[in-house]
Amino acid sequence: MATRYFGTSMRRTEDLRLTTGNGRYLDDIGQDAVAALECAFVRSPHAHARITDIDVTDALEVPGVIAIYTYEDLEGPAAEPLPVLIPHPALHAPRTGYPLANEMVNHVGEAIVMVVARNRYLAEDAVERIRVSYEVLPPVVGIPASRAAVHAVHADVPDNVAAHLIQTVGDIDGQMASSPHVLEIDLEIERSCSMPLEGKGVYARWDADDRSLRVYSSTQTATSVRAAIAAKLQLPLGKVEVIAPDVGGGFGVKIMHPWPEEIMIPFAAMKLGVPIKWVEDRREHFISSAHERGQSQHVKVGFDDEGRLLALDVVFWHDNGAYTPYGIICPIVTSTQLLGPYKPRSYRVEFFSIYTNTVIVTPYRGAGRPQGVFAMERTLDRIADHLGLDRTVVRANNFIQPDEFPYDHGLIFQDGRPLIYDSGDYPTQLGMLKEMIGWEDFPARQAAAAAEGRLLGIGLACYVEGTGPGPYEGAHVQVQTDGMVDVAIGLTSQGQGHQTVFAQIVADELGVPFDRVRVVTGDTRRFGYAVGTFASRAAVMSGSAVALAARAAKAKALRVAGEILEVSAEDLQLVDGVVSVKGSPSHAIDLGQVAVLSNPLRYAFDDAAKAATQFAKPADPDKPPVAPGEEPGLEGRDYYSPPRSTFASGMHAAIVEIDAGTSDIKILEYKVMHDCGNLINPMIVQGQVHGGVAQGVGGALYETMAYDENGQLLNASFMDFLMPYVTEVPQMELGHLQTPSPLNPLGIKGAGEAGVIPVPAVLASAIENAMGFRISAMPVNPNLLFALRQAHEAGEIPATATNEKVDRT
Amino acid sequence: MKPAPFSWHGPASVAEAVSLLAEVGHEGKVLAGGQSLVPVLAMRLASPAHLVDINKIADLAYVRTDADGVTVGALARHRDVERDVAAGAAQPLLAQALVNVAHPTIRNRGTTVGSLAHADPSGEMTCVLALTGGSVTAVSVRGERTIPAAEFFLGPLESALAPDELAISAYFPRAAPFSGSAFVELSRRHGDYALCGVGTVVTLDPDGAVVSVRCGYLSVSDTPLVLDLTQAWAAGPEEAAEVARAAVDPADDIHATAGYRRHLAGVLTGRSIERALARART
Repeated sequence: MATRYFGTSMRRTEDLRLTTGNGRYLDDIGQDAVAALECAFVRSPHAHARITDIDVTDALEVPGVIAIYTYEDLEGPAAEPLPVLIPHPALHAPRTGYPLANEMVNHVGEAIVMVVARNRYLAEDAVERIRVSYEVLPPVVGIPASRAAVHAVHADVPDNVAAHLIQTVGDIDGQMASSPHVLEIDLEIERSCSMPLEGKGVYARWDADDRSLRVYSSTQTATSVRAAIAAKLQLPLGKVEVIAPDVGGGFGVKIMHPWPEEIMIPFAAMKLGVPIKWVEDRREHFISSAHERGQSQHVKVGFDDEGRLLALDVVFWHDNGAYTPYGIICPIVTSTQLLGPYKPRSYRVEFFSIYTNTVIVTPYRGAGRPQGVFAMERTLDRIADHLGLDRTVVRANNFIQPDEFPYDHGLIFQDGRPLIYDSGDYPTQLGMLKEMIGWEDFPARQAAAAAEGRLLGIGLACYVEGTGPGPYEGAHVQVQTDGMVDVAIGLTSQGQGHQTVFAQIVADELGVPFDRVRVVTGDTRRFGYAVGTFASRAAVMSGSAVALAARAAKAKALRVAGEILEVSAEDLQLVDGVVSVKGSPSHAIDLGQVAVLSNPLRYAFDDAAKAATQFAKPADPDKPPVAPGEEPGLEGRDYYSPPRSTFASGMHAAIVEIDAGTSDIKILEYKVMHDCGNLINPMIVQGQVHGGVAQGVGGALYETMAYDENGQLLNASFMDFLMPYVTEVPQMELGHLQTPSPLNPLGIKGAGEAGVIPVPAVLASAIENAMGFRISAMPVNPNLLFALRQAHEAGEIPATATNEKVDRT
Repeated sequence: MKPAPFSWHGPASVAEAVSLLAEVGHEGKVLAGGQSLVPVLAMRLASPAHLVDINKIADLAYVRTDADGVTVGALARHRDVERDVAAGAAQPLLAQALVNVAHPTIRNRGTTVGSLAHADPSGEMTCVLALTGGSVTAVSVRGERTIPAAEFFLGPLESALAPDELAISAYFPRAAPFSGSAFVELSRRHGDYALCGVGTVVTLDPDGAVVSVRCGYLSVSDTPLVLDLTQAWAAGPEEAAEVARAAVDPADDIHATAGYRRHLAGVLTGRSIERALARART
């Protein structure tokens, strides 16, 4: 394609607004003359209990309290269980909660009573005065307790297993039996969560005259929230509009929907006829949103003397929390993306998605991939250690080669489509990464440091990420009579730079200056069909859709201009917002004028319309003003629907130093190789990767969900839940390889989640290399590492046998 | 996370403040920088009926250094103390410890006297007051009294201040001649509460021989712990570490086991003393 803006690090259009306090986030809405009422919820203090009584008498006396709702107030579909968004045949025992708890509570934080008051302070005063009586039941906390199934989370699911799935490729038993080497490995990875700076939030306004509802939600999917509200509150879809205003981060938690509050706030707004707002506070976010990551894994692997994977047999237990509203996407992603850039001769993966009395688990950036990569990369490190081979050699020996694409793994991916990689070049990427980190020279550096009593270690990990899953995204491009171009997509933005990158694409495709393009996202009034921003799909899906819609608008512009200029469309070009005859630039017409002429209703509201009338030809009295098949206006609307996901990839390497005295862990160097096909805006991709690595460092070294045995989350605040600050995030260097995707018109692959995926595996590898004993659980922190050192000294944790330079041949 | 209802009072003088405190008694709480109190209110972990906000009492906002030492007024922000050149020269431990107190934005607002009154055994300034042998001066309608550090900290989050008393200043004695100090801590993230921290004051004689080695500990005891390690250090670093490990009484929490904190007390004792010694010798 002819490019001018595509591939350029354009400054982000949205940043001036967002960085000067002019963003419009959920809490900025409803502060006008008619201030919205606010609400607070009574949330369960118990992980598992039956509600025996709710007494709101005292709360009703709090001044400023307008209404109090419990489950008893719900009716029709709103009183039914919340939906299982993505059912799956393997999800044999799905369970979901209710907008307000119906007799049972299954995790601390589950909403039971909703209080509407003049403001949040008064609502919380009332919450304190509501007496809920409970019959406390034994809680099931953690994977071991869930597996043991002494107690059940849901009485009718006695084994606590929500889903069980096995996928097999090749002759796993035969290959395992004939493998020269077999290892078995147990691995653990802990919970973390999305933790956007802005929590969830919902504002709803009911227009009683129009019987219509306007809802703002801090969501990653406005269109689906709209459909959910319409269904639950029994409104025609056309009477519900949902808008995602500026959203202060999502990272996955806001693709989950409908949240109980997304039903309850509109419900109350309709009941009371006044605008109502709820803005989640941080404690609520910790105990009533979603977490992710927690898995126990068992790997049995057979391999040859070169470390080639002959049989890979993985079983894992995925802690899905109290309910399964989002289905089993995360464990499916783990089970398929675990394979990364490698091609085991046979593969069997089995998972159990299991209930615990904890916050629900739904996708968080990476969505099951970090766990899968952890399993695979820890396994490859163990193989290298067992054989005395360089860790990079073992990886290279297992890579899918560049001439093997498209590569079919023979599995079914998260989108229900075959797991077929479209393109990539893993050997080249690994070579570039080794160069960046100084892999070959490291043993000398490590030895020199050791001579000074310093513990250095190097590690790496590789991943492949399926990005841009369907089913579709669409876009609408409309050229206004002043030459401005309005672009609307239904997909939302959480700060990724959508206004910028989609304008880059449209400006190029249409042939207009970048600053004439205005992009609106996530507003169902402007575009009704969309899926949402998750799974690294916005650029691939909406990027492709805006390109196609811009092409449609351009085709019409040339057709209309061709009639006016009396040349065929093929002889026209559209450059810088002007349509002109190729080779005859004076025969030209401004795109805004073309827009005027595309609409036969031509009141001369403005100069463009006045000027355009000079081109108006005498109407043919025998033809309708709008020809059959045409539409008034200069617009393009199109959808992009790919056959399957496109597969980005990356490889990270790190050098860490461990303080021999305190076991403190410091990342000295962090290098990233990344391949997301063609780059629309390299600066934005770099920012995405930086942010991803930062979250990855959080998951690897800092973040846990500290549940006690009663299911109380002990670190439900920013004081005790340790997200890395800028002081904990290493400087990183990025290298890009570009293997374009053949699946979409722009050759792009997703980049949103990339950075986070391999980090726990990379740092486990590096810490293990520094310490000389096995690391099989993440996160690791100084306290845990100290305990591991003691266990190692006591002979409880085996030493790693070798390093890269050992040659056993 | 909104506080329960309370009455706010904004006295313009110490006299007015203490008379308010006398009136409201146990129902009252003093608000200075608010860096600990406001989150506690927001989480409704405490719901005092009255807040006596001393931020309008401008004459409490001072850092004064004289021949004896440094006196810090109740409205001096951590950052004021940290950046005060004369205070830093008179008692270097102040700034050495203060850079470990949370983050600059918090130090801009939080007060040193407020953190002492909060009596958190994880607080750096509680450790410094104990290690330097300082004191806190409190005023009430009943009069004024000065409470030595050794009598000020009664337990975790419990000071000797009576409900009607306002801590108006803290005093940190000037560092002795031929002395050196250091403050070393390990926290999970930059600015977090220390898993363990050790402040050290080493004093030499004019010939450079070690006369005294004293260490203060945070996050490993209920109240600030000060150890005289002079003899232990003379027996060698490992002995000093061993004495420290034996003396501390840490608890398990979600960030670290007691065993790890105890281990850190030993490691950081050596590092802190080495650094203080190096400073004493320059």
